[in-house]
Amino acid sequence: MNEDVTLEILRYRPEIDSEPHFQSYTVPYREDWVVLDALNHIKDHLDATLSYRWSCHMAICGSCGMMINGEPKLACHAFLRDYRHAVVRIEPLDHFPIERDLVTVMDSFMEKLASVKPYLITTENKPLGDGENLQTPLQLMAFKQYTLCINCLLCYAACPQCGLNESFVGPAALALAHRYNLDSRDAGNEQRADVVASNEGIWECTFVGACSEVCPKHVDPAAAIQQTKISASLDWFKAQLLPGAQR
Amino acid sequence: MSRRPYVRKVKRSWWLGQRRYVLYMVRELTSLFVGLYCAVLVVGLFRLVQGRAAWDGFLAALSSPAGVLFQLVCLAFAAYHSVTWFALTPKAMPLALRGEPVPARAIVGMHYAAWALVSLIVLVAAGT
Amino acid sequence: MARSNKPILWLPFAGGGLVAALIIPVLIMITGILMPLGILQLPYEKMAAFAHNPLGKLILFGTVALPAWHAAHRLRMTAHDLGLGGGAVVKALCYGSAGVLIAAAAGALLAI
Repeated sequence: MNEDVTLEILRYRPEIDSEPHFQSYTVPYREDWVVLDALNHIKDHLDATLSYRWSCHMAICGSCGMMINGEPKLACHAFLRDYRHAVVRIEPLDHFPIERDLVTVMDSFMEKLASVKPYLITTENKPLGDGENLQTPLQLMAFKQYTLCINCLLCYAACPQCGLNESFVGPAALALAHRYNLDSRDAGNEQRADVVASNEGIWECTFVGACSEVCPKHVDPAAAIQQTKISASLDWFKAQLLPGAQR
Repeated sequence: MSRRPYVRKVKRSWWLGQRRYVLYMVRELTSLFVGLYCAVLVVGLFRLVQGRAAWDGFLAALSSPAGVLFQLVCLAFAAYHSVTWFALTPKAMPLALRGEPVPARAIVGMHYAAWALVSLIVLVAAGT
Repeated sequence: MARSNKPILWLPFAGGGLVAALIIPVLIMITGILMPLGILQLPYEKMAAFAHNPLGKLILFGTVALPAWHAAHRLRMTAHDLGLGGGAVVKALCYGSAGVLIAAAAGALLAI
């Protein structure tokens, strides 16, 4: 088969370009190729200067997120056969500064992720001799889906509030905070609340729901945030009624 | 090599770019019509205070072509609000019964049942 | 970052959303379709009697106040989405309007 696919890719090399601009490439169409395969073909045979992140090629490392025809997708998870007979437009993930070509600056996310304290916080240090923490299947079920995040940032690209407010903590970080708040081994809800329940935390969210729609691992960050709004509101009212009981 | 990250500006028309964002904006704007109808109800309460003649005038205004048209628009938006609100509720309040998660459909279904029940009660109360 | 006081705005918004979803459509059906068509009557005596009743006052107040607050909060957030800013003017317009409606409803219901 001699069918071709045309890709229009947003290029930006700071040492040469003053602004990003589109560049067209033609790659062979292969039934089993994903967009990442097309990018690798370009890099190997057509233009070695093209820069992009990728690793596992199986939608688990979260590296290859990009905008494909305006939709945030993993390049390894977008099949060329779904984009036949039309030009495929590829741009770096929305709402992040462009470092180079399809590579974005993720620093803001890394800070936001750290700020929600995404680790088990316990009230006491249990000595090793006391054995493991026990957890029933029911307790695991409560938070398991929120453990599946691969930090691919498609949700940040999809979320309009991330675009409108650079300081919004964002879906993935808030979903991860929820994962720990729901974990029966954790006692860190209070410590996370200053970030999670701040104006830049859950309260920036207006439940657009786009984050959950684009998540390749079905984490459902939108649900995590709405559930946190309810629990944070109840905590807030309890704190008003019993001043001094919190913190 | 020096870094010069490029920041792309978000356009004010961002929500026109994709169907899901347009539907989101429509969903949010349902609240405008809910609010306007509430204002109409408040006017009605004042007409009730002012007596029978004022109340009858209020009913006449509601029954006018402009009044009916306005209310039909409100009804469309209010119904869209109900449908979208019910659809989102399972995400905000997941329920578990005897160790198993209650399916979202059941939670949504209970809301529609409540909607039907409330509507029936109001209709019967208005009709008697 | 500090814990936000948003819950005071958000909980009535959420309650108002549910009340609006359950009751507003049937009310519009009555006042906008069934009454104009003559299928249902809303005579002054019956309405005044209902509004005179304390429970009736409570129901009417809840039906108006909660959805009005819901609309105010949602429109404030939407103004921000539309690039109209989320500052003091927008907040004053939105919550102020709701406040006026709620106070007016209370005033009218107390007077009936």
